[in-house]
This record gives sequence, structure tokens and C-alpha cells, in this order.
Amino acid sequence: MNLAIKDIRHGLFRFVLTCFGLGLLMTVVLAMIGIYNGLVADALAVVKAPAADIWVVEAGTQGPFAEASAIPADTRDAVARMPGVAEAGAITYQTIEAAHAGKTLRLYVIGFEPGRPGGPQRIAEGRSLGTSHFELLADRKTGLVLGDTIRLGRDRFSVVGLVEDAMNSGGDPAVYVTLADALSLQTALDPAAARVQVARGDQGIRPATVAAVIARLEPGADVALLTATVRQWKHLAALSQAEQEDLLLASVVDRARRQIGLFLGILLSVSAVVIALIIYTMTMEKLKQIATLKLIGAPDRTIVALIVQQAMILGISGLGIGLALILLVKDNFPRRVVLEPFNALVLTGIILVVCLVASGLGVRAALKVDPATALGG
Amino acid sequence: MTPGDILVNVQGVAKHYGEGETRVDALRSIDLRVHAGEVIALLGPSGSGKTTLLNVIGCILAPTAGRVELDGDAVFDGKWLRSDLRRLRLDKIGFIFQAHNLLPFLTAEENVSVVLDLAGWPAEKGRARARELLDYLEVGHRAKVKPALLSGGEAQRVAIARALANRPRIILADEPTAALDSGRAQLVMDLLRKLATEQEACIIAVTHDEKIFDRFDRLIHLRDGRLVDA
Ligand SMILES: Nc1ncnc2c1ncn2[C@@H]1O[C@H](COP(=O)(O)OP(=O)(O)OP(=O)(O)O)[C@@H](O)[C@H]1O
Ligand SMILES: [Mg+2]
Repeated sequence: MNLAIKDIRHGLFRFVLTCFGLGLLMTVVLAMIGIYNGLVADALAVVKAPAADIWVVEAGTQGPFAEASAIPADTRDAVARMPGVAEAGAITYQTIEAAHAGKTLRLYVIGFEPGRPGGPQRIAEGRSLGTSHFELLADRKTGLVLGDTIRLGRDRFSVVGLVEDAMNSGGDPAVYVTLADALSLQTALDPAAARVQVARGDQGIRPATVAAVIARLEPGADVALLTATVRQWKHLAALSQAEQEDLLLASVVDRARRQIGLFLGILLSVSAVVIALIIYTMTMEKLKQIATLKLIGAPDRTIVALIVQQAMILGISGLGIGLALILLVKDNFPRRVVLEPFNALVLTGIILVVCLVASGLGVRAALKVDPATALGG
Repeated sequence: MTPGDILVNVQGVAKHYGEGETRVDALRSIDLRVHAGEVIALLGPSGSGKTTLLNVIGCILAPTAGRVELDGDAVFDGKWLRSDLRRLRLDKIGFIFQAHNLLPFLTAEENVSVVLDLAGWPAEKGRARARELLDYLEVGHRAKVKPALLSGGEAQRVAIARALANRPRIILADEPTAALDSGRAQLVMDLLRKLATEQEACIIAVTHDEKIFDRFDRLIHLRDGRLVDA
């Protein structure tokens, strides 16, 4: 005869309600974990998108994401010629605002050379960019669909393909255009800067600059050797893909990550206290019944099992409800919520430990209660 | 009737609650022997120490002095001599309380069979035994009902079935028939009597119910914590 389950079924409505409340709390915890993961994944999306091995950027900067970087576009040829480099592509990044369907969109414009590294790895719908002007690939989150046109700078671009999960670390969805279009967009959007340059005596024939040149290496090529070689060139610096990812996490999203991490910690502590309180209260309400059990001769084992099993059932049900809810709503969040099975597993572990510790409090009270208590009244 | 084994042997037991001005001497040097097969009534005015004495014999309450032997084993002599008092209660003692103390989340039948479950009976046998006892006590038709829906008398009879389930040799009852009509009170007394004979058990019952006095082998009177001759 399982007393824990009998007792739960006796007060089923209340127990379910408690589980549901705990489930909501677990939903928030899982959402926070998902937001944290999403933040990291989103931040890295832009670095990972081109699937590069090496990033060549302006000397003295940690570009192009953590700091601004501008290098001559023809750096690409020099990089491509280096031994060990399989292919190289120039790439630009800029954030612009554009009007579409009566709303203002903040877009992260990535310029790349079609046929060279820098473009998206996968086109979800439509086709990739050709050589013709004024075409773009848009992330689904922009709300643009195939065939839409949108005005960027002086020109109207048409959407020929859709991609997914492309955005900058601020969460602005990305659009991809050809490098040529991106460069003219740069000057179109910044005529004032160009005029200042002219006024300073610059003849306005600046060579085209790009944010970075990325390279994919041949199999077996030495990343460290290549980055070291690039660094010897005066105006350039080089980062490996791993360094670039670390840099982005450390500089761009570190605060946000710590912020969410801390909040997650607080949330977990609150959950632990709530669970402990629920289980403790559940036990205290049963003290007289526990005294009766002792009176009729139930061993401590039976009483401990009653409390611990209920705690576990509560914890697991709450977690289950939380998981179901978060899976149901996670796609409605404005930013990506990424949950790995690993996270659920770790949270399960934490909740089980919390339940066990919390039942410890109840168990202590239950074991202390005098069987004579059952006689009162 | 030849007296059987001595099942309860209480020597010089005293119990006081509190200290100093609040001190209440509930029991003062009680000597009592009860043999197998005996059915004994414990009488006395309210506050005379009847419940206290039952609780001491039932190993729920430690006396302040004295010696208690149950079924030939010394269980208390200035201090508890056994660490497994609960196992002792499960195996040897059946309680019927003033307040019935049924577990609210179990049905009547489960309230009885839980004792057998704890004693290690197979579930099927435990259920059968519970049903048999409930039927005998005329509450078999309420077997699947939870205590909240039972009448006072029904609950009392379920509690009696629970006390008897594991065939204890020492049955302690605090006003077992208080909530019962006289017909059912007689029935319960008959059952206890039968039990005492068949299982070589002893019954110690606190009662105020004069209608059933004739069902007891002995009447013991308590006054101010002392046994007195009637
Ligand atoms: N837990 C306790 N703390 C302090 N005093 C107590 C306690 N329990 C009982 N007493 C006192 O001890 C005395 C004996 O109480 P007991 O309950 O044994 O009486 P009783 O004979 O069972 O009375 P009743 O017929 O009313 O049930 C009473 O004076 C009572 O007030
Ligand atoms: Mg009493």
C-alpha cells in the first residue's frame, strides 16, 4: 500500500494545483535558461554564419563585432593568395533602419561576395544571391517574404531568399546583400561623412573598405601560423574562429550573460525555497496522521518514504508541467529561446536535490513528533 | 478459568506532568497484573489517570518511575529498555482510542489493512482479514468509504477493527463503546471477550458504561492516581 499516492489522491485537486503553481515557476526558470542559451547562440550566430577559419581585421582592433574595423577590400586578394588558404571573402556589417509595410525595421546588413565565404550556410526558402544588383536574403524574423521589396538607402531591394537564425548580438535580424551593394549602401547612408572627408582635403577617391576578410583554410593548414603571418602585415590583424567567438562572448554579450545568469541563480534559489516551503507545509499538516502511523507501529522508513515520495512526485510533476509549458510558448518569445536536453537534465537533477533537502526539513519534524500527539482531541 | 500468562505487569509506576506549582501527579505507585484471557474495566472519575495508565502500558508515555513488563519482556525500568517500541506496538498491542484517529486518506478497509501491511502480511490476505473484521463489526458495507463520511459509531468500529487486525495479545481501549448504541456496545464487548479467549489476549478498557460492567472479569478503580478497592 503506497501511502504517499493514497494521500495525494485524497487531496488531488489541491495537489494538482500546487504542482501547477510549481510548474509555472519551473516554466520561468526554463524560460530564463532558454533566454540565456538563446542569447549566447544568437551572439555567436553572426560569427558562426560564414563558417570561417580565420578573420582578418584592422590592426589594433578586435573587429569586426567587438570593435569597428575597416580594411581595404583588396586585402581579400592578398589573403586568398596565402599558402594554406582555400578561399577568402570580404565582408561588411552595418545596422540600418528601413521602412517596410508601415513599420520601421532595424536590419543588420551583411555584405558578402557571392561564390566566396561570407554568405549564409543554408537558404531556407528561395535561392542565394546572384551577381545582379539589389537582391537580398532576409532572415525570417524580419517579417519579409519572398518577392517583397524594401528600400535600403537609395535603392529598392527585392527578397530572393529567406534564411533562419541570422542576427547580430543585439537581436536585430540580418539581411544579406552583395558586397558591391553593401559598399554603395555605406556611402549612400553616410554622405555627410564623405563630405567631411572631402573638406579635409581627401579627394573622395578612398579605396573601398570592408569590415573583415574571412578565410577558409585547406585541410591540415596551420591556423596559428597563418594568423601570425597576417599579423606581420602592417595594417592587419588576424583572429582564429575560436578567438573571434571568445571575444564576442567576452566583450559583447558578457554583461547580458552575467545579468541573466545572476537572475537565473536568484530564480533557482526562490524555487528552492518555495519547494522547501510547500513540502514542509505538506508535512506539518500531516503531523497528526504521522503520529497515528507511529502509534499503530509504522517504522520511520514508512514515514520517511511518505514524505520523500510526495516531495519527488511534486518536484517531477512541477518540472514536467514547466517543460510542457515552455515548449508550448517558447516560439512566441521575441528573442530566441534555446533549450537543450542537457539543460532539462541538469534542472531535473537540481530539483531532485532541492526536493530531497526540502523533505529533509519535513522528515526531521515528522520523526520528532510524539506518537502521543495522535491522542489529543 | 485457570489464569494464563501474565501479559501486563506494572510495578510501582508513577507519572507526573510538569514540575513545581504546575506539577500534576497523574499516577502514584500503581501495581497491576493482567493475565491472558482477562477482560478488565478501568473505572474512575475524570482526571483520575485512566488514560495516562493506558498510555504507559501502551509504551506511548514514559512513566516517571516504576517497571513495566509486557508479555514477559521488561520494557521499562526507570527508562525504556527497548529501542523498537513501535515494532512492539505493532506486534503486541492494539489501541482503541477515545478519538478514533483513522487516517483520512485511506478507506475504512485500508485503515484496517495498513496495520497488516506494516506487519508484512501479503496485500490479499490483509484485505481479506480487514473485510472479515469489518463485516463482523457490521461496517463491512462501508469498507470503501473514507473516514470523513463515516458516522461516529462506524468510525469507532473501524478503529476497533484496526486495533484487532494484527491479533495483538494486549488490547487497550479508551471508552471503546462510548460512540455506540447499547446493542453494538454489547457486540463489541462480545468480540473482545471472544478474542481474549481465542487468542489468549487481555483487554484493558476504560469505560463509564454501566450497562456493560457485567461483561468484565474484573473492575479496577482509579482515584487520584491510585488504585482503590471498590
Ligand atoms: N499532557 C499532559 N500534561 C499535563 N497534565 C496532563 C496531561 N495529560 C493529562 N494530564 C493531567 O493528568 C491527570 C490525569 O489525566 P488522564 O487523562 O489520565 O485522566 P482520565 O482519567 O483519562 O480522565 P478522563 O476520564 O476525563 O478521560 C489530569 O489531571 C490531567 O489534567
Ligand atoms: Mg481519558
